Amino acid sequence: MRRVAAGAALGLLAVVPLLVSSNVADMLSRVLAFALLALGLDLLAGIGGLPSLGQAAPFGVGAYTAALLAKHATTVAPLQLLAATAAGAALSAAVGWLLVRSRGTYFLMLTLAVGEIVHELADRWEGVTGGTNGLAGIPAITLVPGGAPVRLAGVRYWYVLAAVLVCGAALVTVSRSAFGRTLRGVRDNEERMRSLGYRTFLPKYAVFCIAGAAAGAGGALWVARARFVSPADLGFEVSAMALLAVVIGGRGSLWGAALGAAVVVLVREELSPQLGGRGPLVLGLVFVAAVYLLPRGFAGTRLRWPSSPGDHPGGPPDPAGRRGTAAT
Amino acid sequence: MTGLLETTGLTRRYGSLVALDGVSLSVAAGARHAVIGPNGAGKSTLFALVTGGLRPTAGRVVFDGQDVTRRPDHARARAGMGKTFQHSSLFTSLPVLDNVALATQLAAGRGMAMLRPARRQVAVQEQAMRQLEQVGLAGRAATPAAALSHGERRQLEVALALAGSPKLLLLDEPTAGMSAADSSRFAELVESLGAAVTVLIIEHDLDVVFRLATRVTVLHLGRVLADGAPDEIRADETVQRAYLGDAALDDLFFEAAP
Repeated sequence: MRRVAAGAALGLLAVVPLLVSSNVADMLSRVLAFALLALGLDLLAGIGGLPSLGQAAPFGVGAYTAALLAKHATTVAPLQLLAATAAGAALSAAVGWLLVRSRGTYFLMLTLAVGEIVHELADRWEGVTGGTNGLAGIPAITLVPGGAPVRLAGVRYWYVLAAVLVCGAALVTVSRSAFGRTLRGVRDNEERMRSLGYRTFLPKYAVFCIAGAAAGAGGALWVARARFVSPADLGFEVSAMALLAVVIGGRGSLWGAALGAAVVVLVREELSPQLGGRGPLVLGLVFVAAVYLLPRGFAGTRLRWPSSPGDHPGGPPDPAGRRGTAAT
Repeated sequence: MTGLLETTGLTRRYGSLVALDGVSLSVAAGARHAVIGPNGAGKSTLFALVTGGLRPTAGRVVFDGQDVTRRPDHARARAGMGKTFQHSSLFTSLPVLDNVALATQLAAGRGMAMLRPARRQVAVQEQAMRQLEQVGLAGRAATPAAALSHGERRQLEVALALAGSPKLLLLDEPTAGMSAADSSRFAELVESLGAAVTVLIIEHDLDVVFRLATRVTVLHLGRVLADGAPDEIRADETVQRAYLGDAALDDLFFEAAP
């Protein structure tokens, strides 16, 4: 049943350019690029238990990497994608070494700080980033060396879709692996993992780098469509929206995060202009509604397990916990 | 002959409060060693110092011939210490089988394996299933851990601790809050363990202690009050006085004569 649904969704996504206008295909390209950012963040926050408010940083670094490559080195899109993925991972590897040693709110605040620093850097380092004006006039991508520039929105969409499917499949593989189970273990009970013999720093650091790589790849795909990048693409708003996509999609469910990304991008970019720029207000309402109506997000509306007294967050009261203070 | 676990002059102070005061303990390989004592005796502090949850103010912990005093908890676990928590500490959102598989996949060196689906790590899954059978939870493999009863959670705790094939199994008040029937089943489980596993158990329930233990150490106010075979401990007068209860009203108001 799940496979049929997934197959149908993929088939629909594949034929989109044949059915709709180029504007819609472009908009869906944006959704897909942003979804890749959200998928990486879901692996980090929803499965690894490390909610980050700074994923715009590797996203932006990936975007600038792709843009600079396109302007100065190569227009071959897969190369840009690889370089941006590596750049996003490298940034995360550099800052994550310290960041993943913190927890909870501290981790959230530190990732926020890193996001702001990278944003500031993009704003000030005019020689490279073009400062506040950003980088414009980015040449159209080519799919192979020496190939024709891709100017059709539909073809560009297919490229973005293929890249997101490949990267998304990689993330799903990781999520289902023994490493994915390790991540869920760390999310549920890090102390217990240590007492089993896990050095929990390693899986946390690894997932932080993987999420950074996914964000960097998303950044490259974002630029492939927009052919423009500015500091606004790596601002706090982008980080917050990515986290919002994960929350309303249902943390820990990758397809939920992709759906959440679609809602966030559609509200912000399509609905907002019609509402006179009140998109963020609608997003806020969506967020409040999601938290109250779908505490487990889209993905949680159909409960996976039969409900039982113990099947709520926090678990049932533990009789042992009621024995008052234990012996020393 | 030195034991599997040796502590020497283990001391832990919290400011001016001395929780544990120069405790030397030797746990022989293959032993069922119980640590008992009234509330505040320092049992849990001793447990945390041995497993790595706390660092001692003074003293040493030697495990399996290696000084592990400064080693972090995960390194001690890898060296062969398996522990259960006083309050069930599980992975509540994961199915029961996955809880145990977290331990068996680490033992198989697959904790960071990213490519193959976890469910196709056949050896890891089967080892986890055998562990569940040993503690009697095989029928609950697919149930989320959060939905287990209190007794079942304690069983799963033990399965988790045993899944890494530890040399030393440390049990921190395992029967706390258990029904008499569950306690008895738990004692059977410990009795069924082979001699390859040494057990150090901290316990309130003296029935369980005297049923299982081959050696008993009594802590009182952070010090070792007595240490010996269960029968000696039962007969020891100072232990009677400090722990097993002394009905003499005078003891509430006057210090016991030395």
